Amino acid sequence: MPDPRPTHRRKPSARRGRETIRDRPSARAPVARGVFGRASEGPEPAARVQHAQQRTPTTGKRPKASTEGAVLVTGVCGRLGKLLVRELHRTDRVVGVDRRPFTDRPKDVVHHQLDMRRKKMKDIFRGRNIRAVVHMGILHDPRRSDRDRHAWNIVAFQKLLDYMSQYEVPKLVVLSGANVYGPQPNNPQFLTEDAPLLGAQHFGGMRDLVELDMLAQSFFWKHPGTETVVLRPCHIVGRVHNAASNYLRLDRPIMVMGFDPMMQVVHEKDVVRAIQLALRPGVSGIFNIRGSGEMPLSHLIRQAGGRPRLVPSPLAKVALEQLWKLRLSNFPSQDLDHLRYICMVDDSRARTELGYEPAHSIDRVLRDVRRLRYQVA
Amino acid sequence: MRLLGESPWRQALRSVGDRVVRIAEEVVGQDIDARIAGIKTHPNEVGHDPFGFDPETSRYALAVAALLHRRYFRTQVFGINRVPTGRVLIVANHSGQLPLDAVMIGSALMLDADPPRFPRSMVETWTAELPFISTLYPRLGQVVGSPENARRLLRQEESLIVFPEGARGISKTYDQRYQLTDFGLGFVRLALETDTPIVPVAVIGGEEQYPSMADFKPLARLLKMPAFPVMPQMFFGMIAPLPTKYRLYFGEPFRFSGDPDDEDSAIEEKVWLVKSTIQSMVNRGLRERKGVFI
Repeated sequence: MPDPRPTHRRKPSARRGRETIRDRPSARAPVARGVFGRASEGPEPAARVQHAQQRTPTTGKRPKASTEGAVLVTGVCGRLGKLLVRELHRTDRVVGVDRRPFTDRPKDVVHHQLDMRRKKMKDIFRGRNIRAVVHMGILHDPRRSDRDRHAWNIVAFQKLLDYMSQYEVPKLVVLSGANVYGPQPNNPQFLTEDAPLLGAQHFGGMRDLVELDMLAQSFFWKHPGTETVVLRPCHIVGRVHNAASNYLRLDRPIMVMGFDPMMQVVHEKDVVRAIQLALRPGVSGIFNIRGSGEMPLSHLIRQAGGRPRLVPSPLAKVALEQLWKLRLSNFPSQDLDHLRYICMVDDSRARTELGYEPAHSIDRVLRDVRRLRYQVA
Repeated sequence: MRLLGESPWRQALRSVGDRVVRIAEEVVGQDIDARIAGIKTHPNEVGHDPFGFDPETSRYALAVAALLHRRYFRTQVFGINRVPTGRVLIVANHSGQLPLDAVMIGSALMLDADPPRFPRSMVETWTAELPFISTLYPRLGQVVGSPENARRLLRQEESLIVFPEGARGISKTYDQRYQLTDFGLGFVRLALETDTPIVPVAVIGGEEQYPSMADFKPLARLLKMPAFPVMPQMFFGMIAPLPTKYRLYFGEPFRFSGDPDDEDSAIEEKVWLVKSTIQSMVNRGLRERKGVFI
């Protein structure tokens, strides 16, 4: 059990969280109380966990046996992470890790607010019976310096893999993305899981994700005892904050003149469902995840309620670079390749082996994306 | 947000397109829309073709192609009945600087075959980098030439037009007309793998549409094009192709069997068979014709 005091002393938000939990008599989150409560000055960490688990109340939807392993979700405070946790905590014990505070978390979810590169991460593995790890804590923010982002993404994941092999965690699910294949003019219409990962050749920002994917693949071979699943969904769209969703929320998104590539989008809840399916025992491998149907970009934008603004490619590149420098736009100019070339995936393996089937229609996806209007000058 | 979805630009384009379709229907005497409706497509969950085929754009293109086919090039088609139903690879000689031979084969399949066959042709990868072309080609059902795409389409029982000569064939100079250049081996491997019949096609008349004196290589490299033909008719301001008479000869389909991963020498034998058949069909066609324009 990590000693959380330094973290929440520094963070006022975390302290607020502690008080609310302590005041609430019905809070049936003894494990959480162990994290944020006073018990932190207590005895041996492992003993404290046991103590906490003994007090686990048996009320609620479904009592979670203390022997049952927990699912560790990294990067839990992103929108997708929160969505996943809300689904997952009904059936599993969930432990979240993120640098950000998780203010509106379900009561029975334990959250550790820490940097994954720190030693405390190991304490989580040591103190709890972790049965699976879902790795979503991948930093995509293009505004961060390449160095920072690389160090965070790769070092954190490497540490996570070390702990996993040390504590013999039987399941790893990594949320990679179809972007690792990269949009190329010579891509086949549908990329299978065996296609080369060329996403970084024009776009350095994608290097982290490609490397992470590769690390997960090598872990797959090095540790056959762990069922490793790599999910490569196409553009995840919905209420999440990512480049694709932000783009579709624009009223007048730019399109490169003369290019109208076919696009795939997948609803965030379908991705959550795919992760849940991947968590079942016996599943391992790489799976492309695709939403229901693909359509030309222009149709996608019109259906989302936007009106494309056609810009010639050289002009678009220069303009985006300038807007990026002036911090008026958060789309790096290398993203333009996504608006020119196809990068679509074939999900037949996910359908047959994972049993995945997209449940949300493309209309629903686009309705959800527009619900959260993107305010841009 | 616009309430009535269409911009004036698109409306104008649409009305021009509709007029072209009407003219073509009158001139050709065939119902363009019925032809488009008659082909078999494989739409996905949202009703779009996964490869980007758009019937709306295609009807305009077919109207223009029909005018070229029937009036401008006055194409004569022989043996279209030899194209079997189901998956098929249509292999032809490539010529004429611009791929109008593909347009002619395509319109023959759409207008002369009964029921109409939807032609998919495998286009050069670099066309996907060109603005407008990269939008137009997928909408007309053209697909970037990669083995994965071809396999997927053949599994859907579609017909593929393949020019194994590729850019080498289309950018031949006039002195090499009707001499087939080297064939790639990929199409035979593909046919063996997917058990697809190969229909050889000889195209006569394409070589004379844009006679090219030379290939200006430095400029081609500069523009990243496969070739830069020097065409005398351009000096006289003749941008359109010369109105040569096209003749298309469809041959008996080949049905090969064997190991698709066989050594090159074994595959080359089958490729040579196809190539020599097309060459002899071309030679016969050249003997039979009375002139380039009649």
